[in-house]
Amino acid sequence: MRRWLYLLPVAVFVLMAGVFYAGLGIDTDVLPSPLIDEAAPQFDLPPLPGSRNGLATADFKGAVSLVNVFASWCVPCRAEHAVLNALAATKKVPIYGINYKDKGEAANAWIAALGDPYTRIGADDGRVGIEWGVYGVPETFLVDRSGHIRYKHVGPLTQADIDKTILPLVARLQQ
Amino acid sequence: MIDEIGHFALVLALCIAAVQIVVPLYGAARGDATLVAMAPPAALAQFLFIATAFLSLMHAYAVSDFSLLNVAANSSVAKPLLYKITGVWSNHEGSMLLWVFMLGLFGAAVALFGGNLPPELRARVLSVQAMIGAGFLVYILFASNPFLRLDPLPADGNGLNPILEDRGLAFHPPCLYAGYVGFSISFCFAIAALIEGRVDPAWARWVRPWTLAAWCALTTGIAMGSWWSYYTLGWGGWWYWDPVENASFMPWIIGTALLHSAIVVEKRDTLKAWTILLAILTFSLSLIGTFLVRSGVLTSVHAFASDPLRGVFILALLGTATGGALLLFAIRAPVLQGGGLFAPISREGGLLLNNLLLTTAAATVLIGTLYPLFLDVLTHQKVSVGPPFFDMTFVPVMVPLLVAMGVGPLLSWKRGDLVAAFQRLKLAFAIAAGAALVTLAAAGADSLGAACGLALAAWLLAATIVEWAERVHLFAEPLGRSLRRALRLPRASWGMTLAHAGMAVVVAGITGSSAWSVERVADVRPGEAVELAGYRVALDAVGEVRGPDYVATRADLRLLKGDRLIAAMHPEKRFFPLEKGSQTDVAIRTNLAADVYAVIGDPDGKGGYTLRLYYNPLVPWIWLGAALMALGGLVSLSDRRHRVGAPRRARREAVAQPAE
Amino acid sequence: MIRRLLASLMLLAALAPLPARAVQPDEMLPDPALEARAREIGKELRCLVCRNQSVDDSDAPLAHDLRVLVRERLVAGDSNDQVVAYIRSRYGDYVLLKPPFQFDTWVLWSAPALILLAGLWSVGRYLRHQARMAGAPPLSADEAERLARILDEKPGP
Repeated sequence: MRRWLYLLPVAVFVLMAGVFYAGLGIDTDVLPSPLIDEAAPQFDLPPLPGSRNGLATADFKGAVSLVNVFASWCVPCRAEHAVLNALAATKKVPIYGINYKDKGEAANAWIAALGDPYTRIGADDGRVGIEWGVYGVPETFLVDRSGHIRYKHVGPLTQADIDKTILPLVARLQQ
Repeated sequence: MIDEIGHFALVLALCIAAVQIVVPLYGAARGDATLVAMAPPAALAQFLFIATAFLSLMHAYAVSDFSLLNVAANSSVAKPLLYKITGVWSNHEGSMLLWVFMLGLFGAAVALFGGNLPPELRARVLSVQAMIGAGFLVYILFASNPFLRLDPLPADGNGLNPILEDRGLAFHPPCLYAGYVGFSISFCFAIAALIEGRVDPAWARWVRPWTLAAWCALTTGIAMGSWWSYYTLGWGGWWYWDPVENASFMPWIIGTALLHSAIVVEKRDTLKAWTILLAILTFSLSLIGTFLVRSGVLTSVHAFASDPLRGVFILALLGTATGGALLLFAIRAPVLQGGGLFAPISREGGLLLNNLLLTTAAATVLIGTLYPLFLDVLTHQKVSVGPPFFDMTFVPVMVPLLVAMGVGPLLSWKRGDLVAAFQRLKLAFAIAAGAALVTLAAAGADSLGAACGLALAAWLLAATIVEWAERVHLFAEPLGRSLRRALRLPRASWGMTLAHAGMAVVVAGITGSSAWSVERVADVRPGEAVELAGYRVALDAVGEVRGPDYVATRADLRLLKGDRLIAAMHPEKRFFPLEKGSQTDVAIRTNLAADVYAVIGDPDGKGGYTLRLYYNPLVPWIWLGAALMALGGLVSLSDRRHRVGAPRRARREAVAQPAE
Repeated sequence: MIRRLLASLMLLAALAPLPARAVQPDEMLPDPALEARAREIGKELRCLVCRNQSVDDSDAPLAHDLRVLVRERLVAGDSNDQVVAYIRSRYGDYVLLKPPFQFDTWVLWSAPALILLAGLWSVGRYLRHQARMAGAPPLSADEAERLARILDEKPGP
């Protein structure tokens, strides 16, 4: 057998070890969305009990918006809520909420306790979430003026995410 | 106090390992018999210290010593003693300690039972073993220490994942680890051979018992895990091609190839480089598996909580051990001179084909398991590679292997006659064809896949029996003579017969389970019955029972055939308040040819319960077949040839070996 | 036991539904053919919030939603491929347990065959190399002389 064939196993192994090393930093829970650059799904969600305004696709056409999927039973959503409140206060971008697989009263209580950064909230039993490719909460989508999804953030938003990714993208899309 | 002893013992084990690495290796290079002779006592001492550490951790669990962080995180006061003890290896740190325990155990075994080995070889083997041991001990002491303290003491621990509270599962990890880690000895033998620059039939004979022992343990461990998931997870499935399952399966596949390849080295002094490479790869796959499970790079039900820092450490260990070994292979393997020549159609050719197919199968599983990671690293795209992929690619490789397993043992060494072999197997062909036809007739034309599966199983079983019958001259001599011949057959050949027959049984079991499982899911009220595959399952009552650390909903079912009561079945759904988790306790009634499997689900709010029933024909054969395979391995292990030692003086064997 | 085994074999109808572990009775479709199709599809869809389970095997709410969605679309008349495409277009390739046949998975799908072929090639080379080695070495001068003498001396049979 030729000499170089004996080197094949170690060469393949080094390649594999390289892939392992590179893979150590990857978060296996974050999935890329195939809806990026696609039109946001058509939907029309009813409001939470006691509110007049639900949420429909037409509501955020025409301006750059954030669509935040949240639920009162979701623990990480609490963590990001303060960040959303702060963002809403700057009035740089409207935030719309999709209340995912939740009980209306629980959601109302949660919002009352933690603050309401949302311009409008729609109550979703899960079907609209599927249309958006939602597989967990919280998730946040950035939708541009023409109603196309431009960015998806999986997991709770941090202030760093807002400052480094969301706001610059919003600024770019608003031009 | 005992905890401190355990902790200190680990440190001492590391020190001993350091000595064990340097001294024997140096002594073997220098030809210094005194230094070489230090290896066995060092290995024994290392094992003693590791065992002390392991037992002290076990003691801490048994008495619920919550001053140890590890115990507090994984156990609780209310757990039955058995699960306290098995809780030792239910978590990352404890299972790493089990890992080095097995490493030390095998090292000690080589020290105690390796008297037949030439001292330099044994010294080198133990030295490399100590290198691996030292690596893992450093990892445990610095990145994964089960003896870390917790202050202040909590009143109770976090408890054990309810799904792990099971008698069958309790022993699955030790068995599995004995397998994984046992292959380290084969690895060490391979390294020692490369260092010496010599692989000869004697080497193959010396490495064989260790490989066999590890293989038996791994076969049993995998089968236990599969059986456990079958009766615990409430789904009737027994294999999911989950990355961690694959991580245990790949060493098994290559280990099987190693066992067979070593036969060729022993009998015909050829295929040496191949065999050395297989020995290195088997343990390397164990290490890769350890990495995959504990580093978090792959998503899996089985994975321990992931921690990239741990991952880096294990990757470093893996890189050093496997990278070093493969580099050594690249440099030294060309030195290994081939011996016997053989025709393509021959026993060696058959075993070479066996190597090729098994390696392809293992490579397929490896690629399928790693591809999502590979793609993610390169392109940030995510794909899933699930059971459909493995079913489509693994099975087609196994089919020719199963056919070859039937023919191979009938070929002679050096030059075989394939046509003659097939002629001798006419009966096996007929039986296989018959099995296919019966299946098609009984189960309909679209059970073609199942018919093929059963035909293959029947072929393998019949061919194995034909080979055995030829050896004992069955029907060619008076029955008494044949029987005496059978008893005098070398144990290794009995081992082969049993193991190959076991494989046939497993294939039949797999076929039955994939093709003919029947499910009935229904909302049932007490007093009603459900029809399932000719049986009736009557739900009599549903009540509540209490266990030591759980509350359960328990159903009383009766399995009836017509009016005859076959069995009472009591599936439960248990809720564990401490861990806030639930577990289904499936009720299985088996007649060893098929299982009736019952799961009680949630109440539907109207007085009824979701009852999930399965009829699984041939499924018990999967585990019976695996047990048969492991038995074959054990029988082979007890062959006296393994005790033949290094040539000091001529030995004549009492029983003439039949020309094989 | 053999009779029971044969009886077991004969009892099984061709349309036995694939065992699916978490499908609830209230999700199941009344039409057995459609339900069988739903199970087939369910086996190939990954539950995204679980660890390596199909939607049929998982108790997670998302898995439930996807199972219901699959059945709704089947009842609405979609083919199996259309249902899968619908879900794939929203969740990406990751949701497919059988990796798609496309450019970035050609390595994966062709690997088993390529490895087997590479193995066969190297085995073939090894055997041919062996065959060359097995050619008899030429006779030395002594041996040739001895052979000649033997052939001359030996009378015919």
